[in-house]
Amino acid sequence: MDIFLQLMVSGIAVGGVYALIALGFVLIYKATNIINFATGEFMMIGAYLLYTLLVMVECPVVPAFLLVMSGATLLGFLVERAILRHMLGQPAISIVMVTIGLAYFLTGLAEVIWSPDYKFFPAIFPRKPIHLGFAIVRANMFYGFVVAMVMVVVFSLLFKFAKVGVAMRATANDQMAAYSMGINVRRMFTLAWGFGAIAAALGGVIIGNIGGIRPDLGKIGLKIFPVVILGGLDSIAGAVLGGFIVGILENLAGGYLDPYFGGGIKDLAPFVALVLILMVKPYGLFGKKEIERL
Amino acid sequence: MAILEVSNLSLSFGGLSVLSDIGFSVEKNQIYTLIGPNGAGKTSILNCIAGFYKPQEGRITLKGQDISRLSPDRRAALGLARTFQNIALFRGMTVLDNIKLGAHIHLKTGVLSALVYWGRAHREEMALRRQVEEDVIDFLEIEPIRRMSVGSLAYGLQKRVELARALAMNPDVLLMDEPVSGMNVEETEDMARFILDIKEERDITIVLIEHDMNVVMDISDHVVAINFGRKITEGSPQEVAEHPDVIKAYLGEKKG
Repeated sequence: MDIFLQLMVSGIAVGGVYALIALGFVLIYKATNIINFATGEFMMIGAYLLYTLLVMVECPVVPAFLLVMSGATLLGFLVERAILRHMLGQPAISIVMVTIGLAYFLTGLAEVIWSPDYKFFPAIFPRKPIHLGFAIVRANMFYGFVVAMVMVVVFSLLFKFAKVGVAMRATANDQMAAYSMGINVRRMFTLAWGFGAIAAALGGVIIGNIGGIRPDLGKIGLKIFPVVILGGLDSIAGAVLGGFIVGILENLAGGYLDPYFGGGIKDLAPFVALVLILMVKPYGLFGKKEIERL
Repeated sequence: MAILEVSNLSLSFGGLSVLSDIGFSVEKNQIYTLIGPNGAGKTSILNCIAGFYKPQEGRITLKGQDISRLSPDRRAALGLARTFQNIALFRGMTVLDNIKLGAHIHLKTGVLSALVYWGRAHREEMALRRQVEEDVIDFLEIEPIRRMSVGSLAYGLQKRVELARALAMNPDVLLMDEPVSGMNVEETEDMARFILDIKEERDITIVLIEHDMNVVMDISDHVVAINFGRKITEGSPQEVAEHPDVIKAYLGEKKG
């Protein structure tokens, strides 16, 4: 029983971080209908930005976090303005290819700037493990989870209540109608990229803080894909739930099955679940069904 | 003075000429109707006025201001609202949320201030809601369906909700693309009455496209007939309906 609880707690902790990164996909997809395959690389850039600020510039932690968020916003704006704005109206597959190309470009750029070696953050959070009574959580996991959850709540509130969030939802729903309501649709696209980049970058910081950073950190972005598809590409609540499901599944599978198969099941389990769930619910757990009137 | 003026409008897509040298001016507080056979270019004119199409030539002024180069959202902010031929409601949202999005344009609270000044945002929200509720919802008699999801409503009601959303923007000029198309007799009569009430009680100028000639004759103050992207004639509904070129455009040439 002890080991079950321990695995559950680890699963929830990492699931919260997955949820935040999943928001990186969802926030952009919701407003622009673009799946950003460079989300993982946005994470990696975010992590390196923080590393640079903390280690090379020796900036204090809180301002460094704020600077990483501004930097990520800037990255999102830049990508949208410089690249994707010109792709408006192009077939979805071309846009997907552009984001995949961007992913490789950013990975290469990171190797040039920061070298392919592992880098580690100095201690950001207190190092003492957290005892919950029934289970123990590594400090980096615990604080990472807290930061991720705070961001998830902030983004959810923003989308639900703030003017800009409502305008973004309207844009996602019907661009022409949104324009006619006086909503600056292009600005919404830019903002969505900014928000998505913030979510991804902070996710990257948390993951990098747990396992160190390398230019191929972005590969984790692919692992988040089941999370996003599971929850429905356009649902914030779905991203959060999907994050927890994948986190827990991964840890349970790793804890119980890996010893028998000699490892690897941990990474496989989320994808098996993804295929099974999509067979039953093709739009994900919360995804919007496209209904055509006949 | 004309509240909306369109002059020398020419639009082509590649080699296909859609509109050529269209010009008319809409007087304040009138119902101004564009008629013409399918494919004549009526919706293209509305799209030019709203800013979705960029005409190669021509000038559009709203309340004396040249809006020819403005983006659609800027034009909306200047007092231009619109309903669509194929209903363009925000699906999955309730009637009230749709209508509130119309009023959204007048909200002052921005991104950060919405987080910081929760109080002010909240007060604005409440004031907005009251205005929207008392005003538009009562006016269009959609009180009973306010909490329903727009996707579940009957066609005629969806059109009415779309109109409500446009009115919540508190526009000076309202563009309506076939407001009664696909409606039954009763729904058509309701909609015609609402359009007249909008003009009379709310001081809004209406430019509409309509095929239902009974409605056109009943409610229009002024009619412009379009065919093949050109203006055939304009005048009172009676004058236009009796114009030989209009009859020809609709019924074809008489033989012998």
